[in-house]
Parts: sequence; structure tokens; C-alpha cells
Amino acid sequence: MRASLFITCYNDTLFPETGRAVVALLERLGVDLEFRSQQTCCGQMHANTGFRSEAFSQAKRFVRLYQDAEAVVVPSSSCVAMVREQYPGLFEELGNEALRREFAALLPRVYELSEFLIDRLGIEDVGAWFPHRVTYHASCHGLRGLHLGDRPLRLLRAVRGLELTPLPNLDRCCGFGGTFSVKNGDVSSAMLATKLEDVLGTQTEFCTALDNSCLMHMGGALHRRQAGIRTIHMAQILASTEASPAEIPA
Amino acid sequence: MSTSGYHPDLDPASAPPFPKAALPVLNNMQLRKNVAHAVDVIQAKRGRLVAEKTDWQQLRAAGAAIRDHALENLSFYLQQFEERCTAAGGVVHWAADAAEARRIILDLLRQEQADEVIKIKTMTSAEIQLNPYLESAGVKVFETDLAEIILQLGNDEPSHIVVPALHVNRGQVREIFARSMNRPDLSDDPQALTAAARSYLRQKFLTVPTAISGANFLIAETGGVAIVESEGNGRMCLTLPRALITVAGIEKVLPRFQDLEVMLQVLARSATGERMNPYTSLWTGVTPGDGPQRFHVVLLDNGRSSILKRETERQTLRCIRCAACMNSCPVYRQTGGHAYGSVYPGPIGAILTPQLTELHHAQSLPYASSLCGACYEVCPVKINIPEILIDLRAQVTDQERRQTRRWFDPMYLGMRVASFVFASAGRFHAAQRLGRIGMRLFTGKDGWIHSLPGMGAKWTQSRDLRGLPQQTFHEWWAARDKAAGKEAQ
Repeated sequence: MRASLFITCYNDTLFPETGRAVVALLERLGVDLEFRSQQTCCGQMHANTGFRSEAFSQAKRFVRLYQDAEAVVVPSSSCVAMVREQYPGLFEELGNEALRREFAALLPRVYELSEFLIDRLGIEDVGAWFPHRVTYHASCHGLRGLHLGDRPLRLLRAVRGLELTPLPNLDRCCGFGGTFSVKNGDVSSAMLATKLEDVLGTQTEFCTALDNSCLMHMGGALHRRQAGIRTIHMAQILASTEASPAEIPA
Repeated sequence: MSTSGYHPDLDPASAPPFPKAALPVLNNMQLRKNVAHAVDVIQAKRGRLVAEKTDWQQLRAAGAAIRDHALENLSFYLQQFEERCTAAGGVVHWAADAAEARRIILDLLRQEQADEVIKIKTMTSAEIQLNPYLESAGVKVFETDLAEIILQLGNDEPSHIVVPALHVNRGQVREIFARSMNRPDLSDDPQALTAAARSYLRQKFLTVPTAISGANFLIAETGGVAIVESEGNGRMCLTLPRALITVAGIEKVLPRFQDLEVMLQVLARSATGERMNPYTSLWTGVTPGDGPQRFHVVLLDNGRSSILKRETERQTLRCIRCAACMNSCPVYRQTGGHAYGSVYPGPIGAILTPQLTELHHAQSLPYASSLCGACYEVCPVKINIPEILIDLRAQVTDQERRQTRRWFDPMYLGMRVASFVFASAGRFHAAQRLGRIGMRLFTGKDGWIHSLPGMGAKWTQSRDLRGLPQQTFHEWWAARDKAAGKEAQ
């Protein structure tokens, strides 16, 4: 099985440990990985802020870059939601027929990480070991955009040593929303404070998710408060083994 | 001073932008507590009652299809409504905008020689700012919905379209009633409060011969009007007066009487978390010797036709005003309704208000959402609110693209630069290297950024940001490839 990694712009820049964990995890499971270094961004930030033609350029880039890939694995649920929910509209409005056909052919081969593991590889127990108390945050795009359902929980339950505590109000947004977090910084901060009450209430060591954007948001506030709970992308938990435990930055 | 402790401005033409309008609410812990408690209670009730309908998704699809069919054939159904309502003894008036609707209504009141009027809760009348207009023309307006009385007596504005006084708690209601009804002994027991409202209202119902209502649905097939309510005040207003004036948006029309079967099921469950609302009033024109003997319908456009023309946005007009979107919205839960600067708050307001003003006002509203999608999930007529929010944002950007001052907007500038950077991997990697150096200035000894200037300050007001790592993923991959003796791609 060959797969191409789309690491996404902010993971590449801010959270390289997530990409490294995806590599460790998938190679351990026997996937032959490639990384196309021409990748930049899926266009989500531009599309969601109302810069449609800019988003279109990036969407076109994405489709051209991966058109011959056997599978594209993306460790970010909101970027996959961008591809699935918004690319069709962008190509409908701005694209040409050839581009639309290329996109339609590529789309079924684009996977969010948990989808790739469960739906494509058919694996729930990835052989991970992570002896910590963990709670799971279902990012809105994973929950309502990709309908990931209990896939992430099935993966986490199979991790040895991991004690999973459910997060109350799982369907409630953490308040990130991309540029929303600065355009409406005060409202976003209020939403974040509400979310953190639930996270802190779990008394776990880690809050995990399949999207570093929510984790950056919650993790930034947890760090500000010196709250003791840390955020970690699920790829790092799934990559973690006794022989090679997760790298946890300070 | 109103109950809210500040003066909400619900006129999109003058209201401050959303982030600014939200501040007084964010600083009002009592109000936020009232709002969060109220929406949590309604949400939970809705959730239970939706869960018991095994065909809920089919009902939603049917609701959307009925509304779409009506909207796609709107002029046909409106004309049919006019014909059949007129045949049944009603008089139909057409108002292109708020000013025309107000004028028509005042003229009708003058014909009735009415200097007092009783009203059922109608958001459409609030949209056209009817009450202040009538008051300034010397007509005394008496709201009869309990929540509307609380707001009217408390000099406050609605913050929700189904539960307009949702932001006010019981103790505050007691204070308003005690003061304005001169009842210092009044307790905050809900029964005592509703009894006080009842005795205040009963006299108005019996003495004021003219009423104004909105409409939940207009039925083209019969020329009839439907109103659903919980308190029975509506039933009084619709039956006791001699003259009734109904003001309704043109989108409220349903093709057939039978369509109510779907709409009433989804509306009650979505709006109040009830299987059926307590009072459903249906009337058609005038019945001699029974109920109002003069009946007028004012059909209001006020920007709706312009929404119809746009394919993506047209679904906005499917809305049946259930408010499930605001009850489920994590933004509304923090800010309540007043921050939206419109009588239509929450997610539906964020898309409806800018469109009703044809984007001349309320340009901040399409951004008043984290795009979490909770609104779309609960909408009983499947309005894809996030999709429309994004589309409206694109329209706002397109407005901005035509203005020279766009280059002074840091967000605009940032987006354009980012687009240039993302267009080439070389530029992207160079920007990463530059960022890594530049951000060192702001990175503390612990490797975290605690304070940023400019737009970044909105981030660091409540969150830290981990400093940029020394090696990006693609640098790591290239190094690994090289170490493995392979040719880097």
C-alpha cells in the first residue's frame, strides 16, 4: 500500500511532530509513504475568510499535485473537510471541466488519518502504547463535516495503557474557527473558557484530537493557565510504543 | 437603562459591528448565565423530542422540499394567496420595504380610528420598527406576549426570536413588573408573575378593538393564515378585536393546507421542544358575526426578493423562525442576541440581516461564527448556514477588493500575502524560515510566545502560542531521505 502525505501548512510549520508521528505510525503498519515537497496549503483559511479566488488557486494546486496519488492521508480533519465540502463548490464556480474531472477522480482517495486507518487499512488496534489518562475532543469538522463518528474512540480504546475519560459537551466548538479567533477574539476567548471548564473537569493528563488547530487553541490557553493538562495530536498517541514512546515537548 | 444593563441597538443601519457589540454582554456575567441556562434547557428538550422521531431526517428533507417549492414558485403562490384571501373577505396589501409597510399599517389604523392597538409577538413588525413609528404617530401599542410585555415594560429589546426575553431571569421580571405595575409586594413565583401579566392584559383584550399580528404561515391554497403560540394571548388578539392587521414576509407562504402537517411537526419540536405547540390558530378572511370583521394582510418584501435571486443564498428564505440554530450556537450561547444588532440574532440572523440590507450594513455578521456547523445540523428545513456565511464573506471581500483602503486592513493584506506565499513551495519555505527568525523576538525563555502585537494580540489575550520549532516537517523529511541515501524529491 502506497500513500502520499499531505501534512498541511500549519502542521508543517508549527507541529512537525504530528507529521513525524504519522510517518512512524503508518510505516510501522507497512504503508509505503511518500511526501511531495511542493505542497503548501489546502486553501481553507482563505475560503473561510471569504477569499474565494485565492482559495481556488490553492485548491487547484492540491488537485494537480496529488492527481496520480494512490491515497492521500491528511492528519487534519478541517483540511479534509475543506477538500470535501468546499472544493466542489469552488470548482463548480471557478473551475474548468478538466479540473472538475480530475478532482472527482481524486476525491475518494483523500483520507483523514482515522478514516485511512479504519476504512482503508481496516485496522483499529495499531499496536500503540500510551500509559496516560486522556480525553478526546471531537473537532467540529471531524464530527459534523466528516462524520468520523466513533472511529477516533475505537482507535484510542485499542491503545494499551490508555485510560480514556469522556469529554462532556463533545459536540460543542472550542471557539477557534480560524480567523474567527482574532476577528472575534473576545467571543472566541469566552467560548474557549467554557470548553476548558469541560476539559479541566476530566482531570486527565492529555486532551487529544485529530486536528491541531483546535489543539493549538486549547493548548495555548492551557499553557497560559499552567493548567497541567496538555494537548497532543492523536497521531502521536497512535505512534507511541514501548520501544519508542511519544515525544512530548515541554 | 434596560434590563440588560446597556442599550441594545437592533437597527442594522446604526448598530456597532458584532465584535464591539458583544463586549457589554461578555462583561455581563448575569446575562450570560441567563442565556446559557435558557438555551441549554431548550436544547435538551429539543434533543429528546427529535430523538423520538425515527423519521426526523425525512421530515427535515420534506420541510426543505416544501419550502423550496414555495420559493421557486413564489409569485404564483403569493398571487394565489391574494386571490383566495380576497375572496374570503380579506384585503391584501403589498409593501416593498419597511417604510411602505409602516405607512400602510398606520393608514389602516387611522381608518379604524384606533389610538390603541394590541399585538401578538411578531418579529416582522420588529424588523420594520413598527412600535416606535406607531408610538410617534400617537398610537399606543400594547404587546400581549409575556416576553414582549417584559421587554416593553423593561425598556429592553428582544434577544431571541422565539423567547424574546430569554436573557432576563425571574428575579429581573419581578422587578420590572413590581415597578411598572406598581406592585411592590409581587413575589418572583412564576405563577404570581403570570397572574400579574394576565390581569394587566385582560383589560386590554376586552377594550382595545384593533390588533396587529404576524404570521407563521400563509396558505396559498386556502388564502388562510396560521399562527402558533404557547400562551393563548394570540388567540385573544385574533378573535376579540373588530379589526385585525397581519404583517408577513412574502416568504412565509406554503402551497397547500396539507403542508402544515410537516411544518407544524418540525416547528414545535425545533422551537420549544414540544410535540405540538399549545395554540394553533388558523383563519381565512372574515367570517360574518365571528371574530374580526375587517382583516388586512400586509405582504412585506423588504429585501427578500433580492435574496431569492441568489442560488446559494435562496435557502435562507426557507427559515420558519424556530430558533433552533441560535439555541445550538456556541457563539450565541456566549453573546445572547443583542450583539447581532438586529431583531434576527444567532446564526440565521448572521445570514439574514446582511442580506435584508443587501450588504449595505451588518458586514461583520457573516464573520460572527466559528463555522462549527451546529446550526445546520439542527435546522428543520436544512438551511446550510455555514455555506451561506462563507458565501457572504466572499461577497464582503469582493466589496473590499474595490476599495483603495483595503491595503490598510491588516487582515486583507495578510490574506493577500499568504496567497502569494502559498502559490509556491519555495516562497512558503522561505516564509517559514523568515517567520522562525522573526518570531524569536516574541518567544520567551520557556519557548512559548505570550504576547504578540497587532492582530496577534487578539490571540495572546487568552492563549499562548508555542514558539516555532527549529525544523519543519518537510525539512525533517528531506534530512531523513538524505540520510537514507535516497534522492530527496
